[in-house]
Amino acid sequence: MEPISRFRGKTVALAIPNIDTDQITPAKFTMVTDKVGLGRILFAHWRYRDAEKQIPNPDFPLNKPGAQGATILVAGDNFGCGSSREHAPWALVGYGLRAVVSTSFADIFRSNALKNGLLPIVVDPESHRQALREAEGNLEFVVDLPEQTLALASGRAVSFAIDPFAKRCLVQGVDELGYILSHERRIAEYERSR
Amino acid sequence: MPKTLFEKIWDDHVVTAEPECPAVLYIDLHLIHEMTSPQAFEGLRRRGLKVRRPDRTAATIDHIIQTTPERFQPQKDPRVAALLHSIEENCRAAGIRLYGVGDEQQGVVHVIGPELGLTQPGMTIVCGDSHTATHGAFGALAFGIGTTEVEHVLATQCLLQRKPKTFEVRVTGRLPQGVTAKDIILAVCAKVGIGGANGHVAEYRGDTIRALSMEERMTVCNMSIEFGARAGMIAPDDTTFRYLAGRPFAPKDFERFRRLRTDDGAAFDASIDIDAGRLEPMITYGTNPGMGMAIGASIPGDAPKKALEYMGFEAGKPLLGHSIDVVFIGSCTNSRLGDLRQAASVLKGRKVKVRTLIVPGSGPIKRAAEAEGLDKVFVEAGAEWREAGCSMCIAMNGDELKEGEICVATSNRNFEGRQGKGGRTILASPLTAAASAVEGRVADVRTYL
Repeated sequence: MEPISRFRGKTVALAIPNIDTDQITPAKFTMVTDKVGLGRILFAHWRYRDAEKQIPNPDFPLNKPGAQGATILVAGDNFGCGSSREHAPWALVGYGLRAVVSTSFADIFRSNALKNGLLPIVVDPESHRQALREAEGNLEFVVDLPEQTLALASGRAVSFAIDPFAKRCLVQGVDELGYILSHERRIAEYERSR
Repeated sequence: MPKTLFEKIWDDHVVTAEPECPAVLYIDLHLIHEMTSPQAFEGLRRRGLKVRRPDRTAATIDHIIQTTPERFQPQKDPRVAALLHSIEENCRAAGIRLYGVGDEQQGVVHVIGPELGLTQPGMTIVCGDSHTATHGAFGALAFGIGTTEVEHVLATQCLLQRKPKTFEVRVTGRLPQGVTAKDIILAVCAKVGIGGANGHVAEYRGDTIRALSMEERMTVCNMSIEFGARAGMIAPDDTTFRYLAGRPFAPKDFERFRRLRTDDGAAFDASIDIDAGRLEPMITYGTNPGMGMAIGASIPGDAPKKALEYMGFEAGKPLLGHSIDVVFIGSCTNSRLGDLRQAASVLKGRKVKVRTLIVPGSGPIKRAAEAEGLDKVFVEAGAEWREAGCSMCIAMNGDELKEGEICVATSNRNFEGRQGKGGRTILASPLTAAASAVEGRVADVRTYL
């Protein structure tokens, strides 16, 4: 995983609450044995007029000319509810997104996103409203993970919370498995003790 | 210090917890299936790791497999063939028990775990599937995980977890005729809302819950994720022990599980009350499980516009009597013998007016239903009787709605396109679904009882 520190990125808005994983990655398109190449199925039912033939729906925000190259998605409340499929963050990352901004995230999605270098950024409702307005114009935000701040285009700086352990993994570009493996002796002791 | 059921199980499973770090939590049982595991095994191979405890892992094939006889033929779709090959090879190489296609025990992962007695009180149980909360009905801490976490558990039998908060759902009173466990949980979803319990583990308590069978308790716990709770649990009791006794992997001694209950005076972070005596059969009107109402009610005036536009419904209007195209009875929520018996009680001697799929949750349930003649009731009513699998809950196995079709479904999700692109889902109990099949319209089952 690439380390994440500070980056500037173009935004795109999806002002819909409760966007579930069946919208992010419809089940039918998740029949894969790999993680890569899923960017093309992102929001397949919304993004394409015909998802099988991938004929784009020009009205969908990600398909607008101004949104091309966006790396920060500003979405409605409770993003990522529904299934545990990690195909959802794989597709978001595969599309080129590096952060999703919302007022809240479903638990499993948030956990999956953090393991794939996708930042789930929770902001307060007022900052969220402004972020949505700015993202409708595809303005640029700056994400600073070490400082835990999101700078909107207007200059408003919003601080966000992130699990300190997840932050350390993201900033160093390491995954969690190495940490669990380092406790092998304790795990074996635990197993013997039962 | 009094503890909740959740806290007791959590504390029992913390291997280590360093400052600033999440706890390393030991996992007793890891269930896997074909849709969310291939990348996890690939990750292990890349790092040169082995499956640490194949004996604590069990696998099935349920999401992508057809529920028609086609499943016994060579797969034509290369994507399906690749996923089946992947789980078969991975399980064979690691020595993991696989209840695959053609196995007598094959079925939906959350149906077969309890059925085999793999699911036990006091356990931590995970699976790459958000409906893993189902197993919480046995007094286990069970929750869904992503594929990276599947890899973690395969490699270490542990997960890194922050301790969640607790959410008490107290259900009291006697359920009226025609009102079932599914209606309880749909009412909870409607009350709490789709993300209302994010960050929490739910515990269902109260005399109504105590009076439910294990199958009914599984229906309740199954949909915990639909109001945001990653896990849902019910303290084990004699009902639990009677269900488990004699199952292939079940323990012999149950007395040690009696301590698995929330102590008097233990505090929850949040709490709601449901008066079961006032519940009615529930249906959903929108595009998430929190958009639910009593069968005879009108769609709320403040229902989200986008959802109503998708569904083609109008605020202020009732859904009772609305024409439908399909009925689906099945899924990890409602595909057990009791659900099938309820559906049969309505369908017996009647004919369905719309396409009706009835899909048992497992091979053993299919055979038990056939031994009672339920299959004949269904077929004589004009319904399709299938092999075990996820079927039309998830629309990735050949069973799906056509654009615009409306389905009364006993499954757990009414998200846009969940049952097929453009398909519209009304969630309901098996009783409501069966009555709706008979009328070809959204129906109130209470007129049949």
